[in-house]
Amino acid sequence: MLKTFPKGGIHPPENKITSSKGIKRMVVPKVVNVPIAQHIGIPAEIIVDRKEKVEIGQVIAKSGGFVSSNIHSPVAGTVTKLDLIIDSSGYKKQCIVIRTDAKDPSNFEEIEEPLKMDIELEPKEILQRIADAGIVGLGGATFPSQVKLNVREGTTLDYLIINGVECEPYLTADHRLMLEKAEEIVVGIKILMKALHLKKAVIGIENNKKDAITLFKKVINKGDGIQVAALQVKYPQGGEKQLVRAILGREVPKNGLPLDVGVIVHNVGTIFAIYQAIQFNKPLIERVVTVTGKKLENPSNFWVKIGTPIKDLIAEVGGLPEGTRKLVNGGPMMGKAIKNTDVPVTKGTSGILVIAEEEASRGEAKNCIRCGECVYVCPMGLEPHLLMNLSEKGMYEKARAEDIMTCIECGSCSYVCPSHRPLLDYIRFGKNIVKKLENSKN
Amino acid sequence: MSQPIIISASPHVHSDRTSKKLMYDVVIALIPAFLVSLYVFGIGAFIVTAVAVISCLLFEYLIQKFLMKTTVTIGDGSALITGILLAFNLPSGLPIWMIIVGSLVAIGVAKLSFGGLGFNIFNPALVGRVFLLVSFPVQMTMWPTAVENNATIVDAVTGATTLGMIKEGLMFGDTMTTIGANLPSNLEMFLGLSGGSIGEMSGLALLLGGIYLLIRKVITWHIPVTILVTMAVMTGIFWVINPESYASPLIHILSGGALLGAFYMATDLVTSPMTKKGMIIFAIGIAVITVVIRLFGAYPEGISFAILIMNAFVPLINTYFKPRRFGSKIKSKIV
Repeated sequence: MLKTFPKGGIHPPENKITSSKGIKRMVVPKVVNVPIAQHIGIPAEIIVDRKEKVEIGQVIAKSGGFVSSNIHSPVAGTVTKLDLIIDSSGYKKQCIVIRTDAKDPSNFEEIEEPLKMDIELEPKEILQRIADAGIVGLGGATFPSQVKLNVREGTTLDYLIINGVECEPYLTADHRLMLEKAEEIVVGIKILMKALHLKKAVIGIENNKKDAITLFKKVINKGDGIQVAALQVKYPQGGEKQLVRAILGREVPKNGLPLDVGVIVHNVGTIFAIYQAIQFNKPLIERVVTVTGKKLENPSNFWVKIGTPIKDLIAEVGGLPEGTRKLVNGGPMMGKAIKNTDVPVTKGTSGILVIAEEEASRGEAKNCIRCGECVYVCPMGLEPHLLMNLSEKGMYEKARAEDIMTCIECGSCSYVCPSHRPLLDYIRFGKNIVKKLENSKN
Repeated sequence: MSQPIIISASPHVHSDRTSKKLMYDVVIALIPAFLVSLYVFGIGAFIVTAVAVISCLLFEYLIQKFLMKTTVTIGDGSALITGILLAFNLPSGLPIWMIIVGSLVAIGVAKLSFGGLGFNIFNPALVGRVFLLVSFPVQMTMWPTAVENNATIVDAVTGATTLGMIKEGLMFGDTMTTIGANLPSNLEMFLGLSGGSIGEMSGLALLLGGIYLLIRKVITWHIPVTILVTMAVMTGIFWVINPESYASPLIHILSGGALLGAFYMATDLVTSPMTKKGMIIFAIGIAVITVVIRLFGAYPEGISFAILIMNAFVPLINTYFKPRRFGSKIKSKIV
């Protein structure tokens, strides 16, 4: 029996059409737009000026507080302006616009460093380096990694879990990274184990990536203390709480963190970024992005510089096909629909999904027939139909009492609703208001 | 891009299940039972069903269009199901005007006056049926004999249902042994050759449709299985204590509307609880009330009343039997 979480979950069509496409290096763009808010928390503070020359990997915006992250220049070039540009959130955000210096060779070097196994840094130095390198959770949540790793003295911590689940349909960025950089990822895991003084780590991979499971089993040595857990294919297994429950059988308490049950979870992409930061002092300036869609000419996976406009990626896969009606930053379940292709790739961009006419529109919302599907599929044990109703009617206090804030916004309820009701939309709306009410009380 | 880009919140994909498909799956599941009733009752079954379906659709259309002035939703399949289920709960010789009155009560009173699909508390078809039963008790319990060409097979049934015969017999002080001699055999009941309402004839046909609904995941096993098992256990206890005064569990399950009620009426999505725990409580309640009415009540059959009574408890059940919230009970299992 493959492991999985017991309650709820769905299995949408996987559509992993790019899983056999190796990661290609994207052409260095002429201009990059680097937003200063690419992570959860306080935006970084810009420390460069207009017309200033910057080098590749140079800090251009400094961490703005405890929950924040450094931003580095992805290219060598000149800062042309500090501008407001619409990012994937749909809002105008402060961006540093850098024109790439076409003559600077550092922009075009493709150094493939050899595998470096020895970990020279001490735990404290490792954590400092992770903070300096601007590493955030690359699975999509973009939570600054150094904050997650900042474990208070006296906390019992016994497991590191590596999230290689990639349960979102279409996306294959993590899958490809695991296939191509397995040994590096294992070193990355050891780096974190050293930093956190951990003896045990588990890589969780869903069973639709059998090649990655086999590869990791081969690459890991017996004495490493690292295990591979093959998981049943089920969305949203990549959610931290679901993953911890699936692999270790531990249930993270309501409103709690995996840390409360002695676990830290990191995405494989983050682990690889950590490996590069520690072993080669490379800051986080590029990531793997899956550019995909059923109608695309040549959907692929790419190494992309942060700040690359999405239109460059689209051009690389053969342009937008006729009849495109929706562009999504991320996967189809949790990704954000974006307005145009000028939006830049950020640290949290795991994929770009191009959706055609047929699948772009939602069905017309009908009456709730009280079938209970949303209740069965909710991995958090909530009653989405009830929460939607309460949000719709403005009964926020009641919604809070019905645990609306524990919703992880996986969208399983909206996915299954046979009446096409906008369940998650109303739940999000309710959550926002409940949060505001709570803040105003404090 | 020819047309503007659509911006909407996630998720951007949707399962291909729609409520319309769910409804038509129920219709498909009812086809075997309908075919059996055509075979047994002939044209009468067809007329009753056709009248019920047409008048349900028509009333929904007229009320929504001219009275409520809202969107007409007769295409969603729900009024169609109400019509079929109402017909299935009627004797095949019922006067047409009564069927029309029953349809009006089902659609107009039980469904639309509550706000339409999804808002009704009681199963519309059952409200229509029970309204007719209490208003026209004579006509509603006049079970026509089977059509001429099948008369030889079903000549044991001449105007009363199995449960009716048992009730009557016991009231006159007969024992089950003497009554049993006139009853159809269990096999006959299972195949659909006993008397009763249009749709409750054949256990086999109802089970086939029920299995289809289970496979298509329109219903789950919780309600039908719990109802049937609870009924079997309860009637079994009485039967073991005194087999001369109580019918066997098998008779109880195969006769009357037990199978029709368990698989098609009690599982109505709108009027049943939304959690598995709630469904089991709901189903036990239905089974207990049904058995109590059958064994000790004035009516020979009670599953319609039982389902309607439990329908009233569904909001309460939904409030008290909630799914367990993730992380609400912390397991201290640190490996």
